[in-house]
Amino acid sequence: MMYMIRRFILLITTILLVSIITFGVFQILPGDPVRTMLGTEADPTQIENLRSELGLNRPLYEQYTDWMKGLLTGELGNSIRFSMPVKDLLFDRLPVTMSLAALTLLIVLLISLPLGMFAARRQNRFSDMSLSTVTQVGMAIPSFWLGMILILYVGLQFSFFKISGYIPWTQSVAGALSTLVLPALTIAIPQIAVNFRYVRTAILEQVQLDYVRTIRSKGMSEQNVMYKHVLKNSMIPILTVFGLIMAEVVAGTIIVEQVFSLPGVGQLLITAISNRDFPLVQGIVMYITVAVVMINFMVDILYSVLDPRIRLR
Amino acid sequence: MKHIQRYMKNINLIIGLLVIVGFLIIMIISFFYTPHDVNSMNIPQKLRSPSSDYLFGTDEFGRDIFSRIMKGTQTAFAVGLLTVFIGTIFGILIGGIAGYVGGWIDEIFMRMMDALMAFPGIILALMLVAVFGPGIVNTAIALGIIAIPAIARITRSGFVQHRDTEYVLAAKLIGVKPYSIMFRHILPNISSQIIVAATVTFATAMLAEAALSYLGLGVQPPNPSWGRMLKDSQAYLVGAPWYTYAPGGAITVLVLGLYMLSNALRDFMDPRSKA
Amino acid sequence: MRLKNNWSLLLLTLIVVLLMSACSNDDKKDASSGEKSEADLPQEIVVRINDDPDFLDPHKATASISYQMILNIFEGLMAPQTDGTLIEGLAESYAISEDGLTYTFNIRPGVKFHNGEDLTVEDIQYSFDRLMGKNGGEKMSNSFDNVASTEAPDANTFVIKLKEPNSNFLYSLTARQSAILPKSNDGKHNENPIGTGPFAYVKYSPGTNLELKKNENYWKKGLPYLNKVTFTFQSDDQAAIMSLMANEVDLTSVPWQRVSEVGGNYNLSHQNNNSSLIVTFNETKAPFDNIKVRQAINYAISKSDIIDSVFAGYAVPLGSNMSPAMGDYQKKGLGDMYKRDVEKAKALLAEAGYPKGFKTKITVSSHNEIYSNIAQIVAANLKEIGIDVEIEVVEWGIWLDRVYFGRDYQMTTIDLTGRASAYDILNDYISTNDSENFFKFKNNDYDKIMADVLKERDQAKQIDYYHRAQEILAEQAAAVYIADYQIVWGSKKQVTGLKNYPFWFHDMSEVKFSN
Repeated sequence: MMYMIRRFILLITTILLVSIITFGVFQILPGDPVRTMLGTEADPTQIENLRSELGLNRPLYEQYTDWMKGLLTGELGNSIRFSMPVKDLLFDRLPVTMSLAALTLLIVLLISLPLGMFAARRQNRFSDMSLSTVTQVGMAIPSFWLGMILILYVGLQFSFFKISGYIPWTQSVAGALSTLVLPALTIAIPQIAVNFRYVRTAILEQVQLDYVRTIRSKGMSEQNVMYKHVLKNSMIPILTVFGLIMAEVVAGTIIVEQVFSLPGVGQLLITAISNRDFPLVQGIVMYITVAVVMINFMVDILYSVLDPRIRLR
Repeated sequence: MKHIQRYMKNINLIIGLLVIVGFLIIMIISFFYTPHDVNSMNIPQKLRSPSSDYLFGTDEFGRDIFSRIMKGTQTAFAVGLLTVFIGTIFGILIGGIAGYVGGWIDEIFMRMMDALMAFPGIILALMLVAVFGPGIVNTAIALGIIAIPAIARITRSGFVQHRDTEYVLAAKLIGVKPYSIMFRHILPNISSQIIVAATVTFATAMLAEAALSYLGLGVQPPNPSWGRMLKDSQAYLVGAPWYTYAPGGAITVLVLGLYMLSNALRDFMDPRSKA
Repeated sequence: MRLKNNWSLLLLTLIVVLLMSACSNDDKKDASSGEKSEADLPQEIVVRINDDPDFLDPHKATASISYQMILNIFEGLMAPQTDGTLIEGLAESYAISEDGLTYTFNIRPGVKFHNGEDLTVEDIQYSFDRLMGKNGGEKMSNSFDNVASTEAPDANTFVIKLKEPNSNFLYSLTARQSAILPKSNDGKHNENPIGTGPFAYVKYSPGTNLELKKNENYWKKGLPYLNKVTFTFQSDDQAAIMSLMANEVDLTSVPWQRVSEVGGNYNLSHQNNNSSLIVTFNETKAPFDNIKVRQAINYAISKSDIIDSVFAGYAVPLGSNMSPAMGDYQKKGLGDMYKRDVEKAKALLAEAGYPKGFKTKITVSSHNEIYSNIAQIVAANLKEIGIDVEIEVVEWGIWLDRVYFGRDYQMTTIDLTGRASAYDILNDYISTNDSENFFKFKNNDYDKIMADVLKERDQAKQIDYYHRAQEILAEQAAAVYIADYQIVWGSKKQVTGLKNYPFWFHDMSEVKFSN
């Protein structure tokens, strides 16, 4: 219980700090939301009208305190750019980004776990070393470029793939996959390298431990040793890195959604920032913060499940 | 067999060093010599495929891509090193104070770092570049700020580990000043982790600069920057593929070299993962 | 040992197989193309647009990109033509009084709004009252400040009286400036826009698309052809062209550099955008307050370099702020006034008191790379005459704030978006037009010509005035008039009936698929 309370307080302070940072940056950020939205063709009347309609004539700190009050009642306010509730915009786009993140994680796991185990058993042999080199190349490619190359050499070659837009799962599973696989790969490829390395190291560390030698000498099959003991015990260090990877994946969606024209939260954030849409930026940043904190929270819970010796504090 | 194993263990170190030293040499040469002037335009010669005169071909303004890649190493190292400099200085200060002093200062500093980390880096960079204005130095400042939390965390955990050790207690007893304990005694003990983190920071700075260029900001033209070249080359992905592979390859190779070096350093310094 | 080894390999193969099988449905689309009977042809079109509309309410919207889409929903009393002239729209006919002050419109009978209601003169009255702020709301536009009164003497007639004659007034009566909206929809024009146009609003998903459906009761018999139009938003030009290749959109602009790639397989139409791409200066700041400096820069900048490298040749050089798309309104021959001449430029610069040149800064927006690319050429060109140009790329929002509205800049480059009316194009340079004259150009002769032209009712004489205005801009080197770049539209071979207007409008009313 203490743990939960502590976690909750942590979440609140982090959100508060993040919103203050956003607010602070917006204080000094040049650019005006109404002018940006209306462009060069607006006449001054229109600019003035819109500004007073949106309540942008008030000082920013007032807008911030209003926004804070709204947050306490569960309201995120209205987007300036899209003249609709931030909540609606977010809920519209969350499924896209969450599906993308989930698929990315799945790909990372499905590839890096077996590869890591494989490499660990062939430690320092040629296959091990070349695997670690090849996966590192994936980390080193700028993601928008990787996305473009995937579009060009995979997306356009196989008509299964859609290279823009999003089809909801509820409409068609194949459709959703066709829009998500390439962007998910784009984010996954660099993360595979990170996770691969951790899996490999974690397993190597376990294999050296005495208990492994003991159970091996007792005649347990190699398969059981690997899956029942080594893999399970390696999960804790792997989990740590997994929390980090999740944060990277969330961040990775931002550029990749742009490249693949996916209507997700990341793309919305870019639009919101370039339009100086303060309520929308605040709303999205809140969402990302909560997501990141929640992931770390879940990682902690999983720790204690995997290793009862770890107590949640 | 033994021989191969030893070689393989060091493969990261060897390749990593080769790449970085290679680019450093190219950078030094580029101060004195490039095959063509990097910024002079020759539009009738635009988008030429690679030839003996234009080793990597020419861009849409008829500028020699090879020369611009060479000159681009200056931008890359300037942005990378400056980012690392800002990130490590402030990261060590914040993490060091938080870890050494502890208590509520620790709590405040680390919550700030958490909040910074909760922000996707590229978004913060985007906003900071908008505030500071674009350019090499400003881009590096923005990327440096983003790098602070990671280094602060590593430094803090190092300081926390060391602050109650006997040698620190002994130093305290004989009246060594706190800043001296922090920076003369503890810091050298965790310098290896920080060096590894700094190398990774350099690599991520390269990628982040490319991402900023993709969003239209970052280093200003006509200064040759690989990220910007990569972005500009998107339009010619099919028509003039050599244009995109030059900066894309340069970024990938340098970042790969940095990652390999950081992995080698980590293996070298962390006895546990030596296995 | 073996077994486990295979286990991970198995997983890998599984993934590969999964991916492969996922890819194996290709060629389905290709097999179905080929010859088809008219009935099988698609009845829906997907058009890619760079960005979301600012508003769907046509009285609130200001961005060209919004009208590019929503002009399919709304109509005005007058309707624009592809050649820049006007014809009757919701007005069946009109008359202008001798003194040029009274405009009388006969309302077209039998026009229905998308909600099924008949268009009445009350709706027209309502729309103008709304624009002029007479419904109790705020004034929504400055275009009607010159209107003295509006009235509806009978159910088929609408009369507008002006305070002063204005030969350009009819241009304020298209859907771009004064769309006619149903009074019954008051307060919901943005959430659920209703008009009389060929297509009706269905749904707007921010960041994704805007869906329109056929207006079955459209007053132009037989139109439109398509059942559905989807405007899908995609900001990345390079990704958009790949979407065209992947059959995900039917119509998009093609980046100039990639025209040759899509050439044979798609219909390409070249639209003179009617914009004026200019490199301009803050003309109250030294050294740009000196006409010789501005002329020197005009001589130094190579328009052909910009056209070749930035627009891959798809642009028409300009001599003043008027595109050939405007037909007779453009003064021909001004393009040769400043033929590239580096020596002359240097001489002019020396005369102006800057024999060694000077340092300056060009501030450009990042929202499209054309601006920073142009800036690079400008910097290279001006270096030849000793002017050292620093390039500053900023976000669109900052550019608007600092350059367009704040006027805190030295040099910049931008394209001035096309308008249907020559007056609306040229009025940016009137010294009293504080909201648009961001170059701070001031010339008394110019102001007088632009005031006189409004009083002139004879079209030929208007054109003479406009020609003189363009000459002044060129002589005064108000800016470097680079080019009107073309927008190259790429569409599937089957798409026909696209029309190019001298402003941004994707008119879908006559578009259809045919073999």
